[in-house]
Amino acid sequence: MTDVTLSPLRAALVGNPNSGKTALFNALTGARQKVANYAGVTVERKEGLLTTPAGRTLSVLDLPGTYSLRARSPDEVVTRDAVLGRLQGETAPDVVVCVADATNLRLILRLVLELKQVGRPFVLALNMFDIAQRQGLQIDIERLSKEIGAPIVTTVATRKRGLEDLLRQVDAVAQTVAPGENVWREPTSADLRHAHAEARRIVKACVKPAERPDTITGRIDGVLLHPAAGLAILLGLLFLMFQAVFTWATPAMDGIEAGFAALSELINGVLPDGLIQSLLVDGLIGGVGSVVVFLPQILILFFFIIMLEDSGYMARAAFLMDKIMGGAGLHGRAFIPLLSSFACAIPGIMSTRVIDNKQDRLTTILVAPLMTCSARIPVYTLIIAAFIPNTTVWGFVSLQGLVMFGLYAAGIVSALTVSFVIRRIFWRGSVEPFMMELPTYKAPDIKNVLMNLWIRARIFMSRAGRIILPLMILVWALSTFPYPPEGATEPAIDYSFAGMIGHFIQPVMEPIGFNWQMSIALIPGMAAREVAVAVLGTVYAVSEADGATDALASLLSSQWSIATALSFLAWYVFAPQCAPTLGVVKRETNGWLWPSVMFFYMVGLAYLAAFVTFRAASAFGLG
Amino acid sequence: MHNGAATTETLAGDVRPLSTARPGERGVIVHVGDHDEHGVLNADELERRLLELGFVEGAAIELLHEGMIGGDPIAVRVDDMRVALRRREAHAISIRFESGN
Repeated sequence: MTDVTLSPLRAALVGNPNSGKTALFNALTGARQKVANYAGVTVERKEGLLTTPAGRTLSVLDLPGTYSLRARSPDEVVTRDAVLGRLQGETAPDVVVCVADATNLRLILRLVLELKQVGRPFVLALNMFDIAQRQGLQIDIERLSKEIGAPIVTTVATRKRGLEDLLRQVDAVAQTVAPGENVWREPTSADLRHAHAEARRIVKACVKPAERPDTITGRIDGVLLHPAAGLAILLGLLFLMFQAVFTWATPAMDGIEAGFAALSELINGVLPDGLIQSLLVDGLIGGVGSVVVFLPQILILFFFIIMLEDSGYMARAAFLMDKIMGGAGLHGRAFIPLLSSFACAIPGIMSTRVIDNKQDRLTTILVAPLMTCSARIPVYTLIIAAFIPNTTVWGFVSLQGLVMFGLYAAGIVSALTVSFVIRRIFWRGSVEPFMMELPTYKAPDIKNVLMNLWIRARIFMSRAGRIILPLMILVWALSTFPYPPEGATEPAIDYSFAGMIGHFIQPVMEPIGFNWQMSIALIPGMAAREVAVAVLGTVYAVSEADGATDALASLLSSQWSIATALSFLAWYVFAPQCAPTLGVVKRETNGWLWPSVMFFYMVGLAYLAAFVTFRAASAFGLG
Repeated sequence: MHNGAATTETLAGDVRPLSTARPGERGVIVHVGDHDEHGVLNADELERRLLELGFVEGAAIELLHEGMIGGDPIAVRVDDMRVALRRREAHAISIRFESGN
C-alpha cells in the first residue's frame, strides 16, 4: 500500500430533510459513531468511521438536512460551512455525498445545482430506490449522471443495499476528481427560479413519472389530518404515550431503585460507618442512581418520538397543534416536549431536538420545567394530605383533588404565559414562519429505531451524567459537612453547610412564610424535588419507618400555618428545585447561560408566587 | 422582469392568493413573493424560503387539508410534495385556480 491509499478520506452527507440521510448514515457506520456538539453551537455533530473497499479509512459526517445552502437556522449554517470548508476546527470534505429521496427528485436537484457551484467532488445517492421501483418510477440514471456531472448510486439504506457501490464511488471520485473552483454565492430569488427551471428540465428529460404513484399517504392524511378526527387521534396517541411513560417505566424504575438500594445495603454492610461509606452510599450511588432512574422514562419517550418521526407522523402532529401552540408563541413541534415534561422535564428538554429553530427550541426548554413533573407529586401529596381537609365541594368534587388539579393547571398556565411573554417581549422579531414538508408515510425500520434509541441513551448516560453526578456529590457534601459537634441535640443536617445556608437564607424566606426547617430542606431538595420530603422528615426527626409520610403530615399540620403550607406549594410550582434539569439544559444549550437564566427566572417567579400566596392567605386569616 | 410576466398572466382566470383557498381547490402558481404585510420576514426572505420549498411559478397546487381553528394552517400538494404552512405565509403565493371546482 502506498501513502496515498493510507491517508484517511473525509465524506459529508448532505440532503433534504426526510431523504433517509440519517438512515443511510446509520447503515454505513453502524454503532461506530461519535456524537458531539460543534464548537460553540448547539448543533449535534455525528461522525462515523469505516473502511472503504479500497482499504482507506473513511470518516463520514452526517450534516443536518437542508433545502438550500443558503442557511437560515443554526443547523443549516453548519451544513453550509461544513460543505464550504469554513467551519471552525473542520476541514472541507474530500467528497460530498448528496442523499436524495428517489421518489422526489426536483427539490434535491436544485440543491445539487448549488453543490456543483461549490466545486467539491460529489456523488449522488438515490436513496429509497425500492419505493421508486415499486411505484414504477423510471429514472434514466446514465443521462441524469451526465446532466449533473457526477456519479450516481442507487441505495436502500434500510436494507443496506447499494452501500458497497456507494463507497466504491466515493473512493473513485476521491482518486480521480480534483476539487474545482468554488463559485458558490448565496442565491437570489432569481437564481432560485433559474435553478428550479433547470431542475425541472432535468427531471423531465431523465424521469418517467410513476405508474403507480403513492396514494396511501393521501388516504392516511384524509383521516389523520381531518380537523376533528385528526385531533382526537393525536390526543389518543399522546394519552397512550403519557400513560406509557408514567406506568410502563414504573417497574423498571422501581427495579433500578431497588438495585441501587441493595447496592447501598451491601456497602453499608461491608464498610464501617464513616465518611467513605457516606460518600459511596449517599453521594456516589445516590447520585448515579438519581441519573439512571430516569433512563426507562427517557427510553420509552424516545421510542415513541423516534417512531413518530420515522413514520412521518411528527410533521402531522405539529400541523394539528400549530394553531393552539402558536397562540402562546410556541412552535407546533413544542407540544410533545411539553407533554413529556409532565413525566419529567429531562426527557422533555432532550426531546426539544425536534424543533429546528433555535429560539423556538430555547423558549420550549425554558418553560418545560414549569409543567408539573412526577417528582413534584410526593411534595404536593404530603402538603395536601396535611393541610387540605378531605371534604367534597359542590357536592361531588374532592377538595384535595381540586387543589391538585389547580397545581397542575397553574403549571400549564404559567408555562404558556412565560412563553408568550418571552416571544412577545424578548424575541419579538424572530417568530419563525411555520412551513414544513409533510413527508410520505413509511413503516419505521426497527433496526434504525433501536440504533437511534441506543444513541440517545448513550448520550444521556455519558454527557448528562457527567454534569449531573458532580452536582449530586456537591449537594451531598453540602448536606454532610461539617459534622455535628459531640453531643449535638439537633439533626446532623442542621450543622452542615446546607443547614448554614438554610439559616442564612432564612431572613429572605421569612416574608414568604418559610421557617428554617423549610429553608434547609430546599438545599438538598436541589438534588430532586421529592428529596425535600425526606429532608423535612430528617429535620423534624420523624423516623424513616413505614408510615413516615403520614406521621410527617400530621406533625407538619401542627407546626405550619395553612398560609405557610400554601406558600410552600406555590414555591414548588415554580422553583427550579432540580439540579439534573439544570444539568441537562446545560448539555442541550452548550453553556451555563441558559441554565442560569432558567434558574433565576424560576426562583423569581417562585418567590413572587409564594409571597403573594402567603400574604393573601394571611390576610384571609389563614396565617 | 418576472413581475411583468406575472401581470400578464393575472389578466386571465380566477387568480387569488393561496391563503384564500378552500380544501379541494386546485390550480397553478402564477406568482411567488407578493407580501408587504408579513411583518416578520422581509418580502425577499419569505419569497426565497417559499421558492426553496418548491413553491415556484408553474408548480401545480392543491389544497388538501386545513386546521380546525380558523382553517389554519393549511396542507397543500406542490407538484409531488406535501407542504404545511400558515395562511399568513400562503398569502404571498398567487394561484390561478381551476374553474368549476
